[in-house]
Order: sequence, then structure tokens, then C-alpha cells
Amino acid sequence: MEILMSILIGVLVTAGTYLVMSRSLLRIILGTAVIGHGALLLLLTTAGLKEGAPPITNIEALSYADPLPQALILTAIVINFATTGFFLVLAYRAYKELGTDDMDKLRGIDDE
Amino acid sequence: MNNIIILLLLIPLLTGVLLIFLRNRISAQRWLSILSLLAVGVIAAIIIQRVLNEGTMTLNLGGWEPPYGIVLVADMFAMLLVFTTVIVGICCLLYGFRTIGEERERYYFYTFIQFLLVGVMGSFLTGDLFNLFVFFEVMLLSSYVLIALGGKKVQLRESIKYVLVNIVSSMMFLIAIAYLYGMLGTLNFAHMAIRVSEAGQDGLLTTVAIFLMLVFSLKAALLMYFWLPGSYGAPPMAIAALFAALLTKVGIYSIFRVFSVVFPHQPEITHQLLAWLGILTMIIGAIGAVAHWSLRKILAYNVVVAVGFMIAGFAVFTTTAIAGSVFYLIHDMFVKALLFLLGGVMIGLTGTDKLREMSGMIRNHASLGWMFFIAALALAGVPPLSGFIGKLLVLQGAIGEGFYIIAAVGLITSLMVLYSVIKIFINGFWGENQLTVEDEKMSTKGTLLPSAILTVIVIGMGLGAEFVNVYIMEAAEVINNPSLYIDAVMPNGE
Amino acid sequence: MKVNDVILQTVTKIVVFIIFTFAFYLFFAGHHDTGGGFIGGLMAASALVLLYLSYDIDTISKAIPINYRTLIGVGVSVSMLTGLGSILLGFPFLSHTFEYVDFPFFGEIELATSVLFEFGVLFTVVGGTLTIILSISEDV
Repeated sequence: MEILMSILIGVLVTAGTYLVMSRSLLRIILGTAVIGHGALLLLLTTAGLKEGAPPITNIEALSYADPLPQALILTAIVINFATTGFFLVLAYRAYKELGTDDMDKLRGIDDE
Repeated sequence: MNNIIILLLLIPLLTGVLLIFLRNRISAQRWLSILSLLAVGVIAAIIIQRVLNEGTMTLNLGGWEPPYGIVLVADMFAMLLVFTTVIVGICCLLYGFRTIGEERERYYFYTFIQFLLVGVMGSFLTGDLFNLFVFFEVMLLSSYVLIALGGKKVQLRESIKYVLVNIVSSMMFLIAIAYLYGMLGTLNFAHMAIRVSEAGQDGLLTTVAIFLMLVFSLKAALLMYFWLPGSYGAPPMAIAALFAALLTKVGIYSIFRVFSVVFPHQPEITHQLLAWLGILTMIIGAIGAVAHWSLRKILAYNVVVAVGFMIAGFAVFTTTAIAGSVFYLIHDMFVKALLFLLGGVMIGLTGTDKLREMSGMIRNHASLGWMFFIAALALAGVPPLSGFIGKLLVLQGAIGEGFYIIAAVGLITSLMVLYSVIKIFINGFWGENQLTVEDEKMSTKGTLLPSAILTVIVIGMGLGAEFVNVYIMEAAEVINNPSLYIDAVMPNGE
Repeated sequence: MKVNDVILQTVTKIVVFIIFTFAFYLFFAGHHDTGGGFIGGLMAASALVLLYLSYDIDTISKAIPINYRTLIGVGVSVSMLTGLGSILLGFPFLSHTFEYVDFPFFGEIELATSVLFEFGVLFTVVGGTLTIILSISEDV
């Protein structure tokens, strides 16, 4: 399972990096979201995957998943949600104001 | 239980929320935001005195003991930075009252200033890595809003890059946290420190430590400074001053904290790397500062130089050098805010930030000119101003430990920094006065007060170094001797 | 171009209540099971978004006259004030407690102060989500 997860994380981060490198602003935002998912899955995986144990458990259970990474991931998801939302609005405003979503054209003129 | 610590974060947070409801009552917003910061300043001063007398204070939120719960740690180093943050915040607010404009004030400018300060102070106070990430995000989200607020073309363009760089580095932070949690099973600084010293800092841990260093370097503009000049040049100067004084310092603080408490065991790799990063940053920043002819760019590159100097001082890792670094860190927060505010007045008066188009402002604005001169000297480290003692201690430590390159580069870049700011002074204040009072784009009424406060502090920190030194030494002691920190957070061991 | 969306509007009228009920369930289930303020808030926000989609913004803004930016403020302050309560009672910040209370008709129910905190989260999430969506859709 860990190996499968590692491959998945690798694919996500690769795809995200590819998207971030592209010129269109919307693809960049999607790329950051995909990298974010990769990072969260990594957090889940390195903290230890366990089979057959519920994350919320009664005291009698013999083995149970570590609840801390789940709490961390929930927090990180909320933060990602906020940043992605802000970035989308910002990109939209920038597109309306500057008339382009091409990063090459957003380079800016040097002031000298 | 020391609930007083949470008030440092709770007061600005609640004020920020309250200001949302007072959206259209601008004078009420101003009064509330200043009052909140004054209250936080008083509380911070009280805590500093208590920490000096009784040692490090901690607060376990919700009553959960570390390492299980969230812990806030008020040691001398963190508290000094919190206190400095509040003073800088007050000065930038006072400047913002006059310059920021009603449009921005209506769109929650003061709210986000309060949230930004919550993020900054929270980063200083938190006792675990994940909450450092959370407070970083609080700070960054507020800074995204502040940098884009107003929606001018240049602001939108630069804020996209700023946001992108920071989101990517936050993701890397998360990845580093994941690796560390997988290896150590904890994220509390003190608990991590205990586990690392028990298990030994092997190659794998050092690699993750360097990964974490990369993340903090991005935030602190250590070598990876490419985003800084552009994004600090976009927003109004009141906001840029706050950013220059505070944001990179949080990254520096994190490097200080993590590499003194958790990963101090392989200095021949990590601290050596930090030293070289610091040296390179100093050189590149100084070249940038000398080369540019735009006021905003010169000031922004000066931020980069200072980052390099502080990290190099930390990398020497002796009590003297660390004390010098801490002193310089606090001095730099004041003096960068001062320079940016004065630069803001100069840009406001002339309507341009190109040095070649300014001249002779000393005729009508003598106090502005002299304050700028004092700030320039303090920045370069001329005695008896505040920059001198920090630089002296760092150089003393570096030479004592045989880090001659740090000392040499530190001295040469000081000269280059002095040249770059004196260039602003000569071009802006000497020569023929081309600007009549009627032509000025803004009045200096009220904008010089915050600069005056900061100038007095800069002079006072230099002249009263003996008094300040008591606190600085205490702060350096905690960094140099992490067991103090660990014992304060986890008095019963693991 | 005027689109005929009678079917969508009719379905929405019923479905919105189902979604709200589910959001309500998720919110209160959060204390012991999966759910909570954040998820409940997202679910409630999705119901509101469905309303905005099937009708137009003006109609719904008249029917639900809430300023969502203020809602964020209300949410954050509710959450913070629950923490403040524990300070006033002399416990560490954000301490929470619970009690089993016997209600007539309902029987024994667990009342926890953390539910108040979650209420704040719910408001913040609803306010935040709708602010983002409406601020983009309003000026098209």
C-alpha cells in the first residue's frame, strides 16, 4: 500500500509541477491544488497507513489509526481551500484588469 | 497556566473581527486598531519583565499537556520580537492613517493589518512546527490581501507572483512536516529535540532539516530573494514598510528556532550551509542595492542584505555572535520600517521613485533629510547608533571562531549598503531644489511622527545598549542553550 | 438569452431542504462521528449556491438578506468568544467541557461547549465560501 501511495504522490506532484510551469494562470492554480493534494497524501502516508482500523475508535480497539495526522490534514485542507479560493479571485481580477492570463505577459516592464 | 500569553493573539484577532462590523466608520476603525496594538504592547512588556524574572513561560491551550496539545512558548527571544512587532505595527498604522486612502480603509485595511500581526506574533510564540505552518498561513493570507488591496495593475501583477511563490513554498513546508512526523512521530519543538538527541541526527534527518531550511529560506529571502524586490515595490509604502520589517523576519526566526533547538547536532553541515547562504545573500543583495536607481528597489535589496547578515551571524553559533544576530534582528526591524516610511514620504512628495528625478529636498524638508541620514548611518552600522553593536558582536564572534570570510563580507557589504543609502540621500536631498511647496503631491503633515518615534528608538537602542543588552543576552542564552527551552515546555521530560 | 429552467427551480425548492437537513445532521454528528462545523458549513453553502444557480442573484439576495462578509466576522467572533469564556472561568484558553442533561421528551442528551465553537466554524465557512463565489459571479 505504501508503495502504491508513494507512486500516486509522485504522479500528483509531477503533474502539479508540470501545471505550475505552464503559462496559463488557471493551469498554475490547478497545479498548486494538485501539489497540495500530493503533500497531504504524503503526510497521511508517512504517518503510517494501517489496515482495518477506524480513525475514531472506542477504547477497546486493539489497533487504531493515529488521529493526529488526520487533524493536521484537515487543518491543511482548510488552509489550501482558503488560499486556492483567494488565488482564483485574484486571478480573475487580474484577468479583468490586465486583460491576459499569460504569465509571459505578466512579466512587467522594468522601470529603468 | 499563563493565560496572559494568549491575549497577545486574542486582542488583535477580536479587534480585527470587530473592525469588519465597523466597515463604514473609519475613525472608529483607526482608534480601535491603535488601541488594540497599544494594549498588546503593554501586555508584551509585562510578559517580558516576568520572563526576565521567572524564566520562560508556556501556555497549554485547552489544558492539553505537551507533546499532545498546542503549546505557546513565551521565551525572551520570542517576546522581544513580539514587542518589536507591536511597535513597528503602531508606527506603520500611524503612517497609514495619513496615506492609505479611504478606499482601502473601507475595504478592511485595518482588519488585515491586525490579522497580519496575529500571524506574525503567533509564529514567534508557537511551540510546534505545525502551528508554525498555520500561523505562517495566517500571516501570508493577510499579506496576500494587503499586497493586492486597491487592485492597481502593478499590484495585481506582482501579487500573483508573490502568492504563487508562497503557495509553493507552503506546500514544501507541508512535505517537510510530513517527513519529520514520519521519522520522529511528533511535531512539538521540545519533544522533537529530545527525540533527535536520543536517536542521533543521522543523514536522513539532516536531509529533511536542509529541506526545511529551503522552505524557511524562501520565506526569509535567504538567497531565494527573487520574489522580494518586485512584491515589496508594489503596495503602498505603509504596507511595504510593515512587510519589510516583519515578514522576512518570521522566516529568520524559524531558522533560528529550528536549527538551535531541534537540529543543532550537525553544525558542520547545516550551519556551514547557512553560513554560505548568508554570505552569498549579502553579496548579491549588496550588488542589487548598489546597482539600482529606484528608491523602492534599493530599499528592498537592503532587506536582502540584512537577512544574509543575520543568518551568517547565527551560523557562527557562539553566544557572542548569536547575541549580535538577535540585536541586529531587532535593530533591523526598526530601521527597515523607518527607511521605508521615510522613503514613502519622499516618493509621496515627488510622485516618483526614480532617484535621478529627485533633488534638493533638504531645503523644505530638513527634518525628513536628517532623519533619513540617521537611518542610513544606523543601517550601515555607524556608532553609536543601533546597528553598530549588532554588527560588532557578530564580527567579534565570527573572527573569534575563524570565520574570516563572514567578517570580511560583512564589512564590505556594510560599505556597499552605506553607499546605496547615501546615494538616495545625496540625490534626494542635495542639489538644486526643483520642488516648490505647491508642486508637492502630498503634505508631510502627520507622516513624520511615526518616523520620529522610530528614529528615537534607533538612537536609543544604540546609546542605551547597556540597558537593552540585559534582554538580548537572555534571549541569546535561550537560543544557545536549548535545554532551557525544552525544560520549560516539558518540565517532566518525555 | 433567457433559459427556461422550471425543472431546476422546482427540484431546487425541494432539494435545498434535504441538503440543509443533511448539513444540520453532519454538523451535530461531528462531535462523535464524521462531520463537524467545516463539513456542515460546506454542505449548507452548497445548498445556498444551488439556490443562487437556479434563481438569479437579485431574487435570492432579497429572500436571504445576509451580508456574507459580516457572517465571517460573526463566525470568527463566536469561536473566539467560546475560548474567551474559558479564560474568564480561569481555565486555559479554549478549554472545553461537556455535561449529560436530561430533557423531557428527548431523554438524556450530551451538551458540549465545543458545539458553540463549531457554530462559529460553520458561519465562517458559509460566509467565506459564498463571498468567494458571489464576488466572482456578481460582476460577470
